[in-house]
Amino acid sequence: MVRHLIPIVLGLAVLGIVTGVAAIMLIFLGQDWADALFWMFAAVMIGSALLVVTMRDIIRCGLAMIVCFGSLAGIYLILGAPLLAATQVIVYIGGISVLILFAIMLTQTKDAPSRLVFQTQAVPAAIASIVIAVVVALAIGATDWGGAANRIRLATADMASALFKDYVLPFEIVSVLLLAAVIGGVYLAKREKGGPS
Amino acid sequence: MSDSLDAYLVLATLLFAIGSFGFLARRNAISMLMSIELMLNGVNLAIVAFGAFGATKEIAAQGSIVALMVIAVAAAEATVGLAIVIAIYRNKKTPLVDEYDAMRQ
Repeated sequence: MVRHLIPIVLGLAVLGIVTGVAAIMLIFLGQDWADALFWMFAAVMIGSALLVVTMRDIIRCGLAMIVCFGSLAGIYLILGAPLLAATQVIVYIGGISVLILFAIMLTQTKDAPSRLVFQTQAVPAAIASIVIAVVVALAIGATDWGGAANRIRLATADMASALFKDYVLPFEIVSVLLLAAVIGGVYLAKREKGGPS
Repeated sequence: MSDSLDAYLVLATLLFAIGSFGFLARRNAISMLMSIELMLNGVNLAIVAFGAFGATKEIAAQGSIVALMVIAVAAAEATVGLAIVIAIYRNKKTPLVDEYDAMRQ
């Protein structure tokens, strides 16, 4: 009984810490709402992404991935791309995550639990990832991007006119690609007649 | 902080690095696919950030459109990848990638 409450208490504690830090930044450090929300979403996104790659139970990994995608949709909103945030929620949370959860439930066996979550090259992989992150972050810091200082709030009407006037051909090609992917997925996952089970 | 391009790019880099670690280190095939999704999301965030700080409305719209295309391609990739994992699982009865050694023997 107590053991079942531990994840809930931990989750509530993390949520409280994140919102508390955001509230402190908002009230005492004099930052605005966008900054506080940005830090909150960024912390939730990075934390849940770390949970996705480190947790033992793969169903929980999938649920943490949903949290990660949701907070990324919030960051898109802060960036001023509301249509993209809606698409993120619909496609990733509503589509891809559900697909992955179904695939998890179809392929995980109870009798062969994965005792080892990581491969043997986990430590070199961690070193390589940290090196990638540090090098790219240094390059970002050292580069003068020369763009605008303020982000642009993109109206959905502007994006729609660009999408359906200038980019209508890639849009249609993507629809054909999705159709091909669906047909290929059905063909690959289909159970063959007379085959092994 | 939310007004600087660097913050978004560093965030995207962190997401990409976490995804690459998961792809290299996890044993489960579906975990590797989830890590690929994380990497694609990191790249998407970088694309949208570049567009949003690109000084004109046209560039912002182009960034969002490219990100939409990437989301659609990621959906297609997830569909085919999960179908392949299910097909392999039907033959090998395991989701662990280090036991897929039929082409090594």
